[in-house]
Amino acid sequence: MDDPTAFFESALVYLAAAVVSVPVAKRLGLGSVLGYLAAGVAIGPFALNLVGDAGKTGGLMHVAEFGVVVMLFMIGLELRVPVLWRMRGSLLGLGGMQVLLSGLALAGAAMAWGVGWKASLAAGFILSLSSTAIVLQSLREKSLHGTPGGRHAFATLLFQDIAVIPMLALLPLLGTGNDSAGHGGLSGQPGWLRALAVVAAVSGVVFLGRWLVPRLFGFIARSGLREMFTAAALLLVIAIAVLMTRVGLSPALGAFVGGVVLAGSPYRHELEGDLEPFKGILLGLFFVSIGAAMDLSLLLVYPMEVAAMVGALVLVKGGVLALLSRVFRFGPDTGALYTLSLFQAGEFAFVLLGQANGMGVLNQSLTGKLNLVVALSMVLTPLALLVYQFLWMPRFGKSSAIAPREADKVDHASPVILVGFGRFGNYVGRLLRSQGHRPVILETDAEHVELTRRLGFEVHYGDATRLELLEAAGAANAKLMIIAAGDEETIDRLVETATRHYPQLKLVVRANGMNHRMALYNRGVEHVFHEMSGSALDAGAASLRLLGLPAFTAERAARRMARHDLQSARELAPVMHDESAYTAMVRERVANLENLFRMDPLHPHGEDDHAWEVDAKRRGDR
Amino acid sequence: MPSRRVLVLHAHPAPHKSRVNRRLVAEAEGVDGVTVRHLYEIYPDFLIDVREEQRILESHDAIVFQHPFYWYSAPSLVKEWMDLVLEHGWAYGSGGTALHGRIFAQAVTCGGGRDVYCSEGRNRHSVRDFLLPFEQSALLCGMDWRPPFVVHGTGDLKSAGEIEPFALDYRTWLESLRDGDGRSQETR
Repeated sequence: MDDPTAFFESALVYLAAAVVSVPVAKRLGLGSVLGYLAAGVAIGPFALNLVGDAGKTGGLMHVAEFGVVVMLFMIGLELRVPVLWRMRGSLLGLGGMQVLLSGLALAGAAMAWGVGWKASLAAGFILSLSSTAIVLQSLREKSLHGTPGGRHAFATLLFQDIAVIPMLALLPLLGTGNDSAGHGGLSGQPGWLRALAVVAAVSGVVFLGRWLVPRLFGFIARSGLREMFTAAALLLVIAIAVLMTRVGLSPALGAFVGGVVLAGSPYRHELEGDLEPFKGILLGLFFVSIGAAMDLSLLLVYPMEVAAMVGALVLVKGGVLALLSRVFRFGPDTGALYTLSLFQAGEFAFVLLGQANGMGVLNQSLTGKLNLVVALSMVLTPLALLVYQFLWMPRFGKSSAIAPREADKVDHASPVILVGFGRFGNYVGRLLRSQGHRPVILETDAEHVELTRRLGFEVHYGDATRLELLEAAGAANAKLMIIAAGDEETIDRLVETATRHYPQLKLVVRANGMNHRMALYNRGVEHVFHEMSGSALDAGAASLRLLGLPAFTAERAARRMARHDLQSARELAPVMHDESAYTAMVRERVANLENLFRMDPLHPHGEDDHAWEVDAKRRGDR
Repeated sequence: MPSRRVLVLHAHPAPHKSRVNRRLVAEAEGVDGVTVRHLYEIYPDFLIDVREEQRILESHDAIVFQHPFYWYSAPSLVKEWMDLVLEHGWAYGSGGTALHGRIFAQAVTCGGGRDVYCSEGRNRHSVRDFLLPFEQSALLCGMDWRPPFVVHGTGDLKSAGEIEPFALDYRTWLESLRDGDGRSQETR
């Protein structure tokens, strides 16, 4: 990053290209990944030629690569150890078979092509990895990630991400011994020391996630500075990445481990919310840079060869995937989605190909061609998913694609989100839990989060007025949101965010007073609850009993008052803004009181229980 | 024989509006060996504690429902109580022997006079006839059913002096449930 203006200039070009092409691609139904890649090609040397070679982008490429790290951290965040354990079957069986079979088959194909066995083996296994970024992003955009095919694809991708470590470790064995690519700061050290460093680093990450981060975040939360959270979240991921690079491990994998460790922490949703925008934009830049770096001249010089290589990759990998779909008895629909989503090579291939080239495993020309093959296969993915979506699914796919909301989903989403777990929310939460519902609970008071966690509640720290956090809590898939925050402004903002972005959400909302309640009715919220009226009426009923009224009569009086309250609020709500805004404000306090009095039933005991009077019985002589 | 422990389950949704029923339950509260529970006071929310009710039943030998006569039956909480407390496997059915041999009786205050509660009257049946579902419920639970204590024409009983004889009759009736064979009169 020697020239700061170069950084900004390339950022300008990248972002401008993305901002133009991604919405267009989405409008055309191509998905954002293809849009980013197209943006890259457009600004690349073979179209507008707005970016120089990689060295002149002012380090933007490295920043973009960090997107992959952040993405794996967030994948880890969604996977708690018990979930991983439950997935062990498809993870090891399906994922393991996929990598092993694809790797060997692709290596065989390469040897048949006339490549040496070492280079073939390296290229085969590198290409056996699929693109986590493209596949997850595309599946999510098309809401296919919850389907059985989507889940199998996810498990396989996860195994591939893990398989990157042994690959990185084994690559040097295939090399010429010329370890020029470097392995981080420890490359010159003996093997046992490196192994020790790896163990120490991984333990360090676990320690970081288990012990240090919750304390650090609790400390930050108490300071009340929101941007410090974002800073701390980035710091955490960068620290893990640096640590891992130092000991020669993939930073992405380290981030993944860190994510898994933090998946059970109360700050999970907050972390997700903080990092989501970074992940999105960085990953986008990463795809743009892949598009820009594609050496399309190779395609002009060796069109048949490159096309044949892409064809071979797609056919071999797709064949293995189709075979696995049979072996694991997927239905035709699940099998089709599984095969069509994973046949490409992934972003890790760029990293590994670079390493392999550096170690002398692969020569320069083959590496260049393979890079192009990888990129082209990635470009094919959104197209293949379009085929699935528009040609396959309408004909065969109804069963599994229509019902994506199953209980056993990887991303744990609860149909209920409870915002605020204070004096009001904890009653709602306990009541829901007593009937077997486990809401995702969001709370902004860090100390309160820790206390209630110790009592066995799954409470997450986070400010739910932020859209990203609601997204992370699963608002897009939830059915019900209970807004139990105490502060009127927070409640209103939550109502606005929820109704605008998640129209499917049913809302149950706490109101701070009579006027707030009416205002919420006016905004179309149906289920509004005065935060005090319930217990105040209970207290009133208890007082009536102490004054000698029978318990049942007191209870009915309180219930009648509550019902009257509800009706009055609904009736008065539409006219509450009849006066000019100014007068309304001046009168607000008066009106509040007035409204309360206006609501009082004229007949304190009600008029509907004459049947229980002694003389009534005489009338009917029943 | 040793005296029985008598449980009076009193159910009136608006006791402050009653005259006779209130006086009767006050009388019951003064009888030795009689426990009175006011169901509408204990469960104004209708949320009946089934285990607690069963535990209390098990520690009494005679169960009396005291209630006004509404629509030829008891106030709704009594029905709720029966629905929930008289569980299968506890009160009846296989293993349901908890109430076997215990006395069951009702004390009913009724607005209509004797004249309207007879085969020639407008209601065509006696109060005792109308209580048939309770009688059969008790029999199903293996209980020793006894004829009810009925006060007719409560609307005409205005002064304390008019009500007093019924209170004394009620005391006598309860004492006979407690001490004797309990076979009793249906009052006026």
